[in-house]
Amino acid sequence: MLAGHRTWIFENKPVIISTGTVGGPFEANGNIPHAFNILHDDMWLEQASFEKAQQMMMEEACQYAIKNSPIQKEQVSFFISGDLINQITPTSFAAKTIGSPYFGLFSACATSMESLALAAFMINSNGAEYILSGTSSHNAAAEKQFRYPTEYGGQKPPTAQWTVTGAGCALVAKTGHGPKITSATIGKIVDMGMTDPFNMGGAMAPAAVDTIISHLKEREVDISYYDLIITGDLAHIGREVALDLLHKNDINLPEEKFVDCGLTVYREDQPVLAGGSGPACSAVVTYGHFLDLMKKGKLEKILVVATGALHSPLSVNQKDPIPCIAHAVSIEAGSDVT
Amino acid sequence: MADKKKKNLPPKAQEYQDFQDKREVKRPILKNCIKAFLIGGLICFIGQLISTFYIYYFDFTEQTAGNPTTATLIFITMLLTGFGVYDRIGQFSGAGSAVPVTGFGNAVISAAIEHRTEGFVLGVGGNMFKLAGSVILFGVFSAFVVALIKTIIITWGGF
Repeated sequence: MLAGHRTWIFENKPVIISTGTVGGPFEANGNIPHAFNILHDDMWLEQASFEKAQQMMMEEACQYAIKNSPIQKEQVSFFISGDLINQITPTSFAAKTIGSPYFGLFSACATSMESLALAAFMINSNGAEYILSGTSSHNAAAEKQFRYPTEYGGQKPPTAQWTVTGAGCALVAKTGHGPKITSATIGKIVDMGMTDPFNMGGAMAPAAVDTIISHLKEREVDISYYDLIITGDLAHIGREVALDLLHKNDINLPEEKFVDCGLTVYREDQPVLAGGSGPACSAVVTYGHFLDLMKKGKLEKILVVATGALHSPLSVNQKDPIPCIAHAVSIEAGSDVT
Repeated sequence: MADKKKKNLPPKAQEYQDFQDKREVKRPILKNCIKAFLIGGLICFIGQLISTFYIYYFDFTEQTAGNPTTATLIFITMLLTGFGVYDRIGQFSGAGSAVPVTGFGNAVISAAIEHRTEGFVLGVGGNMFKLAGSVILFGVFSAFVVALIKTIIITWGGF
């Protein structure tokens, strides 16, 4: 069960029986439109506010996942989710619609894997039958929360990232068909004194590296065990820094086996500066794109490391550094157990 | 300043920041300055055209044409902000579109649009000057200080 200090090995191998992903217009125009089950051409989703639009996306992702599974909505034991907006209200309102018992999380962009790890842990230890685990973010709502008003004409530096508008959710079960969750490593706060909220990739890279190193050591596997190491939203700068840090720590990860969701979700010519970010970034790319590749047999074993910058506008204004975290979950294609 | 801040950090963090700095993409300062100069200049040129228009076709003088020109520029900014164009110009030109009065207008209008969902009084009213408020405060205060210095020099300097 617990391996080492902070790694869980799931010997009952919880299964992701279905997923749901929702995206906005910018994502529809992006690199992997096929990864989205539902795409919207309106940032507002005909709602009165961006926050309500985000709530709608979360609900749609969950409803899609349930619809595409053999179970009914009432059978869901828990809903584990979170987002970036003040007191995670979009998620809480979505939880009201879903109606299941609910755990609200805040781990910024690492929420996707934190919720998946917790869901797998609960199912592995017979604490639940079915768990919906997911997260959402909305570009305009996050901009308003963390930076300037959406239409403000400030110039962002090349290190800035673009928050993904979308929601991704996975339905985890004890048995069934689908990719299996085999282990998870819970991150700890890594603070390297970085203070620039426009360079989150650079701030989060050491957290990702810390979690990857611990995971490999505690699970007692080599880096070559995984077909892909997938980071959440390190983007250009963070990915390069993380790769060099891994090499510095004698982990010889080939460049082509180290991919980032923030660099996968958009095309290179989209004006996203360093790349994509946001809780939904790792959720939609992992559930919509990489799990799809796994189902097609192109991937066997992946380690998803979702990275989160846990600062607030208040802490940034008060000149505090950015505390960062990374949670890792390994997902493996395996023979189906029924 | 940055070095002073770094000194208070543990050596591991300092080492990492140097490591990260080498890989960080820096702002292209020269390119940004040229873009800011061109777009800023273009905005001022448009302002000059509007001002000339008011002087020739209406009953304004060079001294009084300033106010309607500013109002017209802010009106144009309002439209561009509302249609979602001004932030794109801003990303391209940086200070070029932030320093002229259009940048000030954009700061007010974008905040007003953004907080509309929170109602007129606490939303629009309370947040409209969130970004521009400090411009007004420090603008008025520095004008006051400059006026004070000028008065002191004229009164006691005997000019």
